[in-house]
Amino acid sequence: MELFILYQANMNNSNSDTTLNSKTPLKSGSRSIFQNFFIEVTSLTIFTMRFFKEVLKPPYEFNELIKQSFLIGYKSLPLVGITGFIIGLVLTIQSRPTLAKFGAESWLPAMVAVSLIREIGPAITALIFAGKVGSGIGAELASMNVTEQINAMQVSGTNPFKFLVVTRVLSATLMLPVLVILADAVGLLGSFVAVNLKGYVSASLFFSQIFQGTEFNDLIPATIKTFFFGFAVGIIGCYKGYYSNKGTEGVGKAANSAVVIASLLVFIIDMIAVQITSLFQS
Amino acid sequence: MFADKSEIIKNNKMIKSPIVVEMIHLSKSFDNNPVLVDINLVIHKGENVVILGKSGTGKSVLIKCIVGLLEPDSGILELFGQNLNDLNEKELIETRKRIGFLFQSSALYDSMSVRENLEFPLRRQLHKLPNEELNQMISDALINVGLEEAIDQQTSELSGGMCKRLGLARTLILKPEIMLYDEPTTGLDPITSKEISHLILDVQNKYNTTSIIITHDIKCANLTADRIILLKDGICAAEGSYSELENSNDKWVHSFFE
Repeated sequence: MELFILYQANMNNSNSDTTLNSKTPLKSGSRSIFQNFFIEVTSLTIFTMRFFKEVLKPPYEFNELIKQSFLIGYKSLPLVGITGFIIGLVLTIQSRPTLAKFGAESWLPAMVAVSLIREIGPAITALIFAGKVGSGIGAELASMNVTEQINAMQVSGTNPFKFLVVTRVLSATLMLPVLVILADAVGLLGSFVAVNLKGYVSASLFFSQIFQGTEFNDLIPATIKTFFFGFAVGIIGCYKGYYSNKGTEGVGKAANSAVVIASLLVFIIDMIAVQITSLFQS
Repeated sequence: MFADKSEIIKNNKMIKSPIVVEMIHLSKSFDNNPVLVDINLVIHKGENVVILGKSGTGKSVLIKCIVGLLEPDSGILELFGQNLNDLNEKELIETRKRIGFLFQSSALYDSMSVRENLEFPLRRQLHKLPNEELNQMISDALINVGLEEAIDQQTSELSGGMCKRLGLARTLILKPEIMLYDEPTTGLDPITSKEISHLILDVQNKYNTTSIIITHDIKCANLTADRIILLKDGICAAEGSYSELENSNDKWVHSFFE
């Protein structure tokens, strides 16, 4: 009953930032871990519902969306690129001896490609993305909260939820798939380098084997799930930052919990996505 | 104690001015701790009201209620004759556009330069403003607070006093009808404090704004106040002009002016 009352209270408060006292999240107070968990989940659900409500409502913050896409997407390119290259390289080097035992070395490019495209590329990139972008969003919004910048926006007649949260969540959702495709491509390049470390395989042979061994069925579900990964990272980072406790400790906690929860969510979404994909493929 | 003649004339003028803020039996508490208790307050257009009180007596809560950042538990709060609780989302935004809030920490957008800090509210409120006019408004706002040379600096490069000035410029750029100052001179040296106090007065004289100033700074109160309200444990404990309160026989009231 108490949870329901808190839920109702937050629903009333969370309609918009323009309403009175709307920045108050569900207060956890001195409750059990179980109760706090459900309060947190309810609060996050309300926050997510509010995102969907605000994202459709004009005015649209296109300039801020482009700026955030640049910061979230373009600025993550080097990290994602280097990581993707190393993953492709290491995966090839590690897989080669096992395949050699079965005389299936020629399957190496196709096997690495399927692993990268289906699972390793999206999952590793999403985790790196959660570490870089999720923590960045959490810390930025929390620090804006501490220094009353969010209040200042609200007071000046700007909807801070729309300006800060909607743009960041959308950017994270749209940019992660692009970064994953890039990571996959660079990973395959790393694999090509690894294959050529022991012997010589021409680029045309290597890549033609990849194209023969992979299908659109490998690429499409893997790309679709990255939208959900991006959304999870964005919404958790924003939620933790927006409702952070005051003080510098609150900033650290927001950044930290944003990474931890977003990473966990990536795995949960991945597990569900794999189940759904296998259901369709069977 | 009687107020002098100029104060009487000024007070009569105020009474004739329209009421812009009215609080009736306003109360607010946090976790069952009462912070504001049965506050009744009327503020007229063009009036400078200073709210004094020890830390934790609910001064900041009071102005946060005025701007709608906090919701009172009970009582009526009217701005420009409209009950704040009756306003819908759009009306509340429109009302907020008529109010300026200078935060204690200045609350400058630290990812933006001085120019961008001023440009932000303008771009959002006055969508179709031509660039030339926008630049002119930014330039005028900075000249008003003596920061014209800092236009291209980052906010991290500014001193405490400059941050307050920029915060004030950003608030004033939309020409609000009510200005709320949350401890505008805290953490500043006496000279800069005096400059900020004079700026507050200049703003009132120039734009005929109504100002509510939360402060601990008696010199600032003396310079800026038409009327002072003393808060004690969330209750309006005393009210009057600076000279009236300074000469009060009440020990607690008098202790603020020693």
